[in-house]
Amino acid sequence: MLTIATGNKAVAAAVKAARPGVIAAYPITPQTEIVEQIADYVTDGDLESRYIPVESEHSAMAACIGASAGGVRTFTATSSHGLLYMHEMVHWAAGARLPIVMANVNRALGPGWNTWAEHTDAFSQRDTGWLQVFVGTVQEAYDATLMAFKIAENERVLLPVMVNQDGFALSHIMQSLETVEIGDFLPPFHLPHAIDTENPCGYGPMTGPADYFRFRWDIERSMRDARGVIADVEREFAERFGRTYGPTEDYRCEDADVVVVAVGTLGKEAEMAIDRLRDEGVKAGSMRLRWFRPFPDLDLSGRDVVVIDRDYSFGFGGVVAHSIRSKTGIEPYSVIAGLGGQEVTYNDIADFVRNRRPGEETWFGVSDHV
Amino acid sequence: MYEIRIHSRGGQGGVTAAKLLALAAFRDGKHATACPFYGAERRGAPVVSFVRIDDQPIKVYSQIHEPDLVIVLDTSIMDVVDVLQGLKDGGTVFLNSAHALEECNGTCCRHVDLTGIALAQDLVVAGSPILNTPVLGALAKMGIVTLPSVEQAIQEMFADERNVKAAKAAYEELKV
Repeated sequence: MLTIATGNKAVAAAVKAARPGVIAAYPITPQTEIVEQIADYVTDGDLESRYIPVESEHSAMAACIGASAGGVRTFTATSSHGLLYMHEMVHWAAGARLPIVMANVNRALGPGWNTWAEHTDAFSQRDTGWLQVFVGTVQEAYDATLMAFKIAENERVLLPVMVNQDGFALSHIMQSLETVEIGDFLPPFHLPHAIDTENPCGYGPMTGPADYFRFRWDIERSMRDARGVIADVEREFAERFGRTYGPTEDYRCEDADVVVVAVGTLGKEAEMAIDRLRDEGVKAGSMRLRWFRPFPDLDLSGRDVVVIDRDYSFGFGGVVAHSIRSKTGIEPYSVIAGLGGQEVTYNDIADFVRNRRPGEETWFGVSDHV
Repeated sequence: MYEIRIHSRGGQGGVTAAKLLALAAFRDGKHATACPFYGAERRGAPVVSFVRIDDQPIKVYSQIHEPDLVIVLDTSIMDVVDVLQGLKDGGTVFLNSAHALEECNGTCCRHVDLTGIALAQDLVVAGSPILNTPVLGALAKMGIVTLPSVEQAIQEMFADERNVKAAKAAYEELKV
């Protein structure tokens, strides 16, 4: 069905289609609309799920862990401080190999108190063992959420997936949305190590160094396998529903001398900047990074690279810029922009490209004029 | 791409007006986005929302700095906000007012007393007249969306015939 919806409503619609058995969540701006809508679905009988309104995000993830280990599909949604409050359980969910899907509506961290878009909340969960995908449109918020369940639940993966979208900039805007009849795209939930009272075993017992180390290696093996699973699921999704996704969304990159790498809505806005630059004769392209974990292999050789980070790792640099540097050996022009919802237009992005200084870092509108 | 900036006060329905307009444009077969700008809003504070309409998919997420059309749902805002800022040459301003702008400086100015229309239909919520449905009728008269799509959008969002009547009244009242 073709309609118009916010990014939040798109996630809720995808969750309804995926039919999780348990949803446990605590509301937080700008994510609240997701769980409100899901609560309405459950109340109205449109979604037969157990909705658990917990008292905190830490409990939300704990409830998802219990339910998932019990053998049902689970979903939660959070943002910013909510994500940080559940951090301990976020690690646990991945270590327990539970394919929980979580929507995270990216929002800055206080103080100063700020509810607008920034990616530092998600990137701070970088080493938890969760897969992380970032979307750029309302349609993609829906599609990526559906695919997240299938990727997480694949027996070669069995790791949780976080679907990220920009707070307000995407969560609260209305764009066209085509919902699909998913048919058997999502098979019935099957967790090989689900709690089985006929076959009792220990969950979370003390684990010695040798076994613990093997468990960690097993997470990394699955993370590596996830690349292929993601590609398979995205290919199947394209065949069934006609929309194609990959580890990045590349725009006019083929003959580009300079490529802008950005995440989320800034990555879509960059495409407008590329059109402007092309009109001026600048051979520019854009590469919107979709998957952050597992981090994809990027072909950027021989080009200038401008990375826009809507995040920062203090004492080190932009998280995406440094990821690109370590993966490709390229010294990008690192632009820190959009923190706390700072307004960044396509004209600004075009200026980043025009005034690029590879190897340097600029804080847009703060440290320097570009 | 046609870019619209809506000025209102918190609680007057400017955000819903943006969503209704995007939905109506979408029902016309166009691409549309509605982007409310959320700040530390509260009832009565000046707020702004944005709508973009295009034949192509819209990739812009930033605010609208050079609108083609400015809509002012509460003219008292004009004492504190420069609503014409960035308005494109040849752009249009629409006021919820019984009177035209005193100095248009070459800008195309249109106006309809939306508040009067809302009160006539008894469209009042929490003491505030509903402006977001009548304004859609005026926008249809200006050719930004079609009247059938306006009716459809209003019916999709509100199951209340008075809203459709209000939109039609504004459509009839606007002189173009």
